[in-house]
Amino acid sequence: MKIEILGTGCAKCQSLYENTKQALTEIGGFHQVEKVEDLVKIMEYGVMNTPGFVVDGEVKSTGKLLNKQEILDILK
Amino acid sequence: MFDWWENIVSYLIYNQMQLSQDSHFAQALHFFVYDTIKIYILLVTIIFVVSLFRTYFPVEKVRAYLQGKHKLVGHVSAAFFGMLTPFCSCSAIPLFLGFLQARIPLGITFSYLISAPLSDAVVIALLFSLFGWKITLMYIASALLIAIIAGLVIGKMNLEKEILINVPPSSCCSNGTQSVTFNSRLNEAWGETKLIFKKIYLYVILGISIGAFIHGYVPSETIVKYAGGDAWYGPIMGVIMGMPMYSSAAGMIPLVEVLTQKGMLLGTALSFMMAVVALSLPEAMILKKVMSLKLIGIFFGIVGTAILIVGYVFNAIL
Repeated sequence: MKIEILGTGCAKCQSLYENTKQALTEIGGFHQVEKVEDLVKIMEYGVMNTPGFVVDGEVKSTGKLLNKQEILDILK
Repeated sequence: MFDWWENIVSYLIYNQMQLSQDSHFAQALHFFVYDTIKIYILLVTIIFVVSLFRTYFPVEKVRAYLQGKHKLVGHVSAAFFGMLTPFCSCSAIPLFLGFLQARIPLGITFSYLISAPLSDAVVIALLFSLFGWKITLMYIASALLIAIIAGLVIGKMNLEKEILINVPPSSCCSNGTQSVTFNSRLNEAWGETKLIFKKIYLYVILGISIGAFIHGYVPSETIVKYAGGDAWYGPIMGVIMGMPMYSSAAGMIPLVEVLTQKGMLLGTALSFMMAVVALSLPEAMILKKVMSLKLIGIFFGIVGTAILIVGYVFNAIL
């Protein structure tokens, strides 16, 4: 899986990034997590409420600081 | 509403600790303890209620509603939505671009962008708890008016070319997971409340501490001399001093409360508070990523002028 966290460096985006990494250690296997701060890219996903949570190119959540359990639910 | 709490604090400080009611230290301490707890209780309650309310108005919905709305209706509803939707300056730019992507006119986008921080929940919560509903209503009315008028003016100036990023029209729509159950809304609102509280509680303490010091030690004559009726330049000073301050609005309002009690004119106080939240230099730095300096200058110029007018009008009529 490739997970992208969209956001221009707000505290929520940082926390979501950390939570995602934690969730992924629980799932195991090889996955890619990337923080996307490029405005044009964020715009391409049509996200205007950051942080955006994107899995394999699909926007799964916007504007929310998901906790570990919520991330696991989305990824399953 | 908080008489019970004031009685407890008075009892603790004047009876238990046996401090004299006349001492500067006791007055400052009383103010600090009373205000801190009162403001924290009100902040948490109001932020929670507003956050819960907000889960029903995600920006995506607002954008869809504003799309294709015309002129005045667009400006007015944009300003009102600014009150309802979550906003922090770190999210201003994606939001700004998202609106333009949906081909919402620049002027209406600005009405929203100006209204959102001005009528932010934290600001309104603090105003209400410290100044009462009358001042709060006047503040909200002026904030909406400023957002509507400034947006209209910017819209008339044909500034679309001052946007530095090429904004393609939105092809798809973000399909974020929507929280459906009331329980998950409650959870979300509580999480939001904790985040906001964590961000501002230190500023609040700082503001109250300075306020408590002034309350106990600085004589009213000093405040009246520099911010009272005779100082015609009050609102101008307020705007200039407010601009470099950022995210400290939460701490600024308790401080302003003391200043007005000591004789600062209300219009001057309002100018100052509005400049703190609506015109921040750090935010201008963020906006520079997407708009030209000329547009930022126009934006600050128009909003600054509007805030000044509000200040002078309130000084004149109150």
